[in-house]
Amino acid sequence: MPYEHAMMLAGILFFLGLAGVLIRRDAIFVLLSLEIMLNAAGFALVVAGAQWHAADGQAMFLFILAVAAAEVSIGLALVLWLFHWHRSVDIDRASSMRG
Amino acid sequence: MTFAFYLAGAIAIASTSLAITRLNAVHALLHLVVSFLSVALILLLLGAPFAAAFEVIIYAGAIMVLFAFVVMMLGPAQKAASEERRWLALRAWLGPALLAAVLVAELIYVVHAAPGKATQVAGITPHQIAVFLLGPYILGVELVSLVLLLGLVGAFHLAYQLGKRERSLRRGVQP
Amino acid sequence: MLQVLWLIPVLPLAGFLLLAVAGKRLDARVVSALGTGSVGLSTIASLLVGAAFISTPPAGFLYTQRLWTWFVVGNFAPAFGLSVDGLSLVMILVVGIVGFLILLYSIGFMAGDEGFSRFFAYMNLFVGSMLILLLADNLLFLYLGWEGVGLCSYLLIGFWYREADARKAAIKAFVVTRVGDAAFAVGLFMLAHTFGTLQIQEVAQKAAGTWAVGSLSAQAAAALLLGGAVGKSAQLPLQTWLPDAMAGPTPVSALIHAATMVTAGVYLIARMNALFLLAPQVRFIVALVGAVTLLVAGASALAQKDIKRVLAYSTMSQIGYMFLALGVGAWSAAIFHFMTHACFKALLFLSAGVVIQALDNEHDIFMMGGLRRVLPLAFWTFLIGAASLSALPIVTAGFYSKDMILLRVWASPEGGIWLWTAGLVGAFLTSLYAFRVVFVAFFGPVKRQVKSRPGLPMKIPLIVLSVFSIGAGFIELPRTLGHVTLFSDLVEKALPAARETIASLLTEGALQGIVSLASLIAVLAVGLYYLGPAASARRARSRAASAVERFWYSGWGFDWLYRNVFVKPFVNAARLDEADVIDLPYRGIARIMEWGRIALVLTQSGKVRWYVMGATIGAAIFLLVAVFA
Repeated sequence: MPYEHAMMLAGILFFLGLAGVLIRRDAIFVLLSLEIMLNAAGFALVVAGAQWHAADGQAMFLFILAVAAAEVSIGLALVLWLFHWHRSVDIDRASSMRG
Repeated sequence: MTFAFYLAGAIAIASTSLAITRLNAVHALLHLVVSFLSVALILLLLGAPFAAAFEVIIYAGAIMVLFAFVVMMLGPAQKAASEERRWLALRAWLGPALLAAVLVAELIYVVHAAPGKATQVAGITPHQIAVFLLGPYILGVELVSLVLLLGLVGAFHLAYQLGKRERSLRRGVQP
Repeated sequence: MLQVLWLIPVLPLAGFLLLAVAGKRLDARVVSALGTGSVGLSTIASLLVGAAFISTPPAGFLYTQRLWTWFVVGNFAPAFGLSVDGLSLVMILVVGIVGFLILLYSIGFMAGDEGFSRFFAYMNLFVGSMLILLLADNLLFLYLGWEGVGLCSYLLIGFWYREADARKAAIKAFVVTRVGDAAFAVGLFMLAHTFGTLQIQEVAQKAAGTWAVGSLSAQAAAALLLGGAVGKSAQLPLQTWLPDAMAGPTPVSALIHAATMVTAGVYLIARMNALFLLAPQVRFIVALVGAVTLLVAGASALAQKDIKRVLAYSTMSQIGYMFLALGVGAWSAAIFHFMTHACFKALLFLSAGVVIQALDNEHDIFMMGGLRRVLPLAFWTFLIGAASLSALPIVTAGFYSKDMILLRVWASPEGGIWLWTAGLVGAFLTSLYAFRVVFVAFFGPVKRQVKSRPGLPMKIPLIVLSVFSIGAGFIELPRTLGHVTLFSDLVEKALPAARETIASLLTEGALQGIVSLASLIAVLAVGLYYLGPAASARRARSRAASAVERFWYSGWGFDWLYRNVFVKPFVNAARLDEADVIDLPYRGIARIMEWGRIALVLTQSGKVRWYVMGATIGAAIFLLVAVFA
């Protein structure tokens, strides 16, 4: 079982998600990319757990999953608020904390 | 076995790349579901059926569905906005893409440099996970349930306030 | 009973604290009661201490009460200590009684003023500081009281701070006395450095033991202390602040600038008599300063139109008499004159205040007239005060004290005929200017209508002070008239007695006669001038003034001199740095910080993706460093 390759896969997925966060301006897409990152991180943890044949990896994966779920629900509610205030989903509009 | 792994891996990478580059949010969502399914397959191949099941049920099944709801709600406004932004994104693409590439290269180098162990795959059963969760990780479990509760309450509060505002705006009253 | 000594300064200070904190919220009657009552109780304490002191005098006629140690630096440990002897007893009684009466008067005079409670607070602080000054047993504590009265003088001269004149006068007073205070401080440093202590008794003993009579150190120390006294007592050359200080309310002029603060210098010299006895040249300068000041001020008073300025120059002149007495060694005569002067000068100021208020803030005597018919109380009290000031013979207190001074000046080896003549001329001038005001303001046709009349709080002090102005002198009668020495007996326990007296009673009587005659002739002359034929022209307000008159009016040109020698060069030099070059480096630092801020602000775009980009770059660099370095 090529555990190193599995790790690399996790890494590639993570950085794809990061790229998505940096490139896309649509708030939904940013959240989506964040989910990709979280998923990749969890995946890496399970791979590590499997490599050492320990159940810890999957337990941590579960925690990450739960946190991601909570984060998504609040994040989407915030996207709705963003839409309410600025009538668009461009997250660059929400920059009144500048200066 | 390993061929399945590489195939699933390729699909995961491809579908994720597609997901982040689509114009239409619903298309992106669908691609992402494919990506999650392939990751679930890999998890299964790694001998973690519990994790694979969760990946499918929660990630692909719940979180993506939630996204789908919101996308449907925002609908037309989102579509119009995303088209104009696409032209801008092309120019801004290069920097982030380069950055991500650099990071990937580093990761590959790191992982490859350390000697790996290719051991026999022995699955970890849900029973073992359960024992673990309710044993050493019990505190984590409780905290996570608290986080979920907070997420629930927070999302509800935000949405409720939003609803109130929009209703009063529609009636013409100042919120 | 002597243990209540500490209450004497503490009660007015407590009154000050209460009024400062809560004065604005209290009713006017409460403020009046508090402000006057604290000083009243303090005076009662002084009387109790005095009674105990006289009936059962303590050892050495000196009672000390050490409150606590102020600070300890090496061997130098000054304390908050109070001591009372004959000298300070007389002075605290005068300050207390006159202060109480003036505060009582202020209840009527300052009624309705928006700063009513502030006034009483400041006056209480003043009385407390003055009492500290008088009762302090070491020079540092005395200096504390000294500065305290200086502060209160500033606060009270500038009491009506919305008037530009008051503000300027307050600053002028403070700055000019500061020059004297600086000299005083240097003198204190010198004494502390040489003797390691500032306890008055110890300094006196050590100085007598260490320094020879006429030695340079003694001269220097005495001269520096004299500098301080000259500033505070408004003698030449630091006298320019006193006439302008009349911008303050009349009770302030009465208390601070007539009866008490300006006599602090006299007290200082009298208290440090041991030091001055070691410096005969400085004593001569004291007498000279006194003599010159009394003449200059007397002439200036003759040319003034503002009733309060006449009285201010008069104060200057009378303190000149006190300095003259101190200079020739007539220590108790100086204190006696202080006592009588406090009574009649306060009386004069208070009745002038009645006139000023009655005529709706009119100060010019040539705008007044015939007031003896419309303001009889003010007339009689002012007349009594003027008579006492002019030292009209036998019936006034001023006669006995001025007479005592002049006799001692004649008899003393440091005195002599020239100083005595100066005193004689001064007495003549005094009668002239005092009765000039009486005849111009109170006689003749009425020129302005009376707007208001004084109430009871203003009348009582006038009557009491009139009684004192007549009767206070009877405790010390010269040999020709009965030889009562109650006052000298008390005071000369603390001060050295006059050494020589005039040999024959005949000479003494003749000298007294000449001085009395001079005063009476002056009264007659002024009366003829202003009440006789062609008087109305002389009483007209807009007479052209001769050059001499203008010179005397300006106080002999001292203001002009100081302005051109000190003020203008300093202001011009300050103008060179108008752009405040010294501040440049600090402003430069602030500007650089501002540029840094402007630069850094650009990194805060408010956009989430920007921040994530920043984190990513940081992570990339960090990993590069961690992996490859």
